[in-house]
Amino acid sequence: MLRLAVPYGLLSAPQLRKFADIARRHDRGFGHFTTRHNLQLNWVQLPQVPEILAELAEHELHAIQTSGNCIRNVTTDHFAGVAADEIADPRPWAEILRQWSSFHPEFAYLPRKFKVAISGATEDRAAIQVHDLGLQVVRDPNGEIGFKVYAGGGLGRTPLLGQVVQEFLPWQHLLTYTEALIRVFNRYGRRDNAFKARIKILVKALGREEFARQVEAEWAHLKDGPATLTVAEVERVAAQFVAPAYETLAEDDLCHLAHLREDKAFSRWVERNVQAHKVAGYAAVTLSLKKPGAAPGDATSEQMEAAADLAERYSFGEIRVSHEQNLILADVPQRELYTVWHRAKAAGLASPTVGLIQDLIACPGGDFCALANARSLPIAAAIQERFEDLDYQHDIGELELNISGCMNSCGHHHLGAIGILGVDKNGQEWYQVTLGGRQGNDARIGEVIGRSFAAAELPDAVERLIGAYLAHRHADERFIDTFDRIGIEAFQSAAYTQTRPHPHQSRRVANG
Amino acid sequence: MAKQIIKERRLQDDAWKVVTLVDGEAPFDVCLPVGPLLVPLAVWKAKKACLIHREYEHGTPLGIWLAPEDKVEDIAADIDDFTVIAVHFPKFADGRGYSTARLLRERYGYDGEVRAFGDIGRDQIFYLNRAGFDAFVLGEGKSAEDALAAFDDFPETYQAAADQPDPLFRRRVA
Repeated sequence: MLRLAVPYGLLSAPQLRKFADIARRHDRGFGHFTTRHNLQLNWVQLPQVPEILAELAEHELHAIQTSGNCIRNVTTDHFAGVAADEIADPRPWAEILRQWSSFHPEFAYLPRKFKVAISGATEDRAAIQVHDLGLQVVRDPNGEIGFKVYAGGGLGRTPLLGQVVQEFLPWQHLLTYTEALIRVFNRYGRRDNAFKARIKILVKALGREEFARQVEAEWAHLKDGPATLTVAEVERVAAQFVAPAYETLAEDDLCHLAHLREDKAFSRWVERNVQAHKVAGYAAVTLSLKKPGAAPGDATSEQMEAAADLAERYSFGEIRVSHEQNLILADVPQRELYTVWHRAKAAGLASPTVGLIQDLIACPGGDFCALANARSLPIAAAIQERFEDLDYQHDIGELELNISGCMNSCGHHHLGAIGILGVDKNGQEWYQVTLGGRQGNDARIGEVIGRSFAAAELPDAVERLIGAYLAHRHADERFIDTFDRIGIEAFQSAAYTQTRPHPHQSRRVANG
Repeated sequence: MAKQIIKERRLQDDAWKVVTLVDGEAPFDVCLPVGPLLVPLAVWKAKKACLIHREYEHGTPLGIWLAPEDKVEDIAADIDDFTVIAVHFPKFADGRGYSTARLLRERYGYDGEVRAFGDIGRDQIFYLNRAGFDAFVLGEGKSAEDALAAFDDFPETYQAAADQPDPLFRRRVA
């Protein structure tokens, strides 16, 4: 597997076309976008890698620090720069961190990998609390920018939310503080057991206060040193993220409103896949990489090219990768939405299901990944098929369903309102279900509902969970709201009633 | 053939001997051979007076080696006694030694030789050099020719480190 970096999820149209070209010539004509914005190619031949990397380099693309126990790709909000709830654009800070972390001479051989995410908006869309280091842009009473710093979050076999180690870190100190924090991790993080080597285990063992104190003590030596950021440097980097040349448009485009009234399928797509934009007359479009029969996050070379074309014609030539494994056109004029929808539909990029059950997150699982205990993709497909009916999906409403094929939790199952984890029981694939997880400001780890399910039982079990929600929900309640109100018990009893005998038992009966 | 070390970007002969404690051996029991020695931290702590005497009376230069878990802070006060401070990398993936070297150089201002030895090779040289190491004993079977090429892997660097006190953004021409 070759994992290609997409720093903070941002791609130009020619870069995305290059991915398409590489996937077509060196792989099987598709790639997999991950929850950390990157692109994975699963069938690359090792001898071809130098040639692939050389071609990528011509487009300022690379695979540096996409694996290994180093500082990985810095991720951020896929609506950065266009979200109405933005405090400040996180991308310049992500770029400053990218530069600082690239070939960092001290941190190439950390106890374990180190993932950083940054959010610049009031609503966290970058899952910062489940990263080794999470940064939330905040402003002090004088309007000065700083960061609320979370450390020690992560999923995996020990899911933990990040602990606040700094309420307000003035922006000048971003690099010196981060260096101090990672130095403490490099020196004192566990190295005796790879499963206990992430920074979250160190933070948990020391406790938030002691960990923060050690970082503070280390930082005292680095603070105000040469790595202290300057206004000039921040402005220089920020200049690369200036807003595109927006037209002055009316808040509402009349043609667009007419299409919304007349075309139900279009209005349904707009409802789910089009997000508000801070500039009048513009919108952000999510091109969905989710549909039954295709692995979530998979895009064919043709789809990547179609997305690149759309970006070039309608969105200033830029594409973002979201951590929900979709592609985003961030700056589309409202008047073009109808055309964009038609073209996206033709390319298979217009499933009108963003935020609904079909928009699930899944890792590549046992079909592709050597670490997996169980397959994720057939489970994803079975659930997507079960809920394929759009009216049914829209009736169920917003629901995050996340699937991981093993405890490494690449599919973020802990954060799903419904989370599914593949487990191995005596060489057979079983699936453990968690409920009540969520990402965002109120991030929470899901609770296990009970014994695991066999693959064949799982779609029924999920349907029964959803049935319990539909039976108990109040008007306008999402699945997660009903769960919070009535608790896990009602779902537990629903999940395990009328369980069909699992195939093993029935076979035994048949043989008996 | 004399043992070889990479220093000043070339292979040189090396006279330093690494003293190790055998299992269960008490640090003050260890026998010190003649010649320049790199002693483990525990031996330094146990036989400080004797080692300093060797240096002053016989002019034998004094060195120490630190294991990954050894704290620089423990020798901070003694730094001027050492001609060489070596840092051991039992496995290349154990990167604690990089912090050790940066602290020696940047925090404690040590300007003698900082030597890396153990499981190191071409892929580590660029990082080690930036972290403050200036002498390298390569791991078994590692090519010196490859390692020597690694110093020039990248013509420019973003971050401040032991080899470059200012990050790139402070060095850009306005």
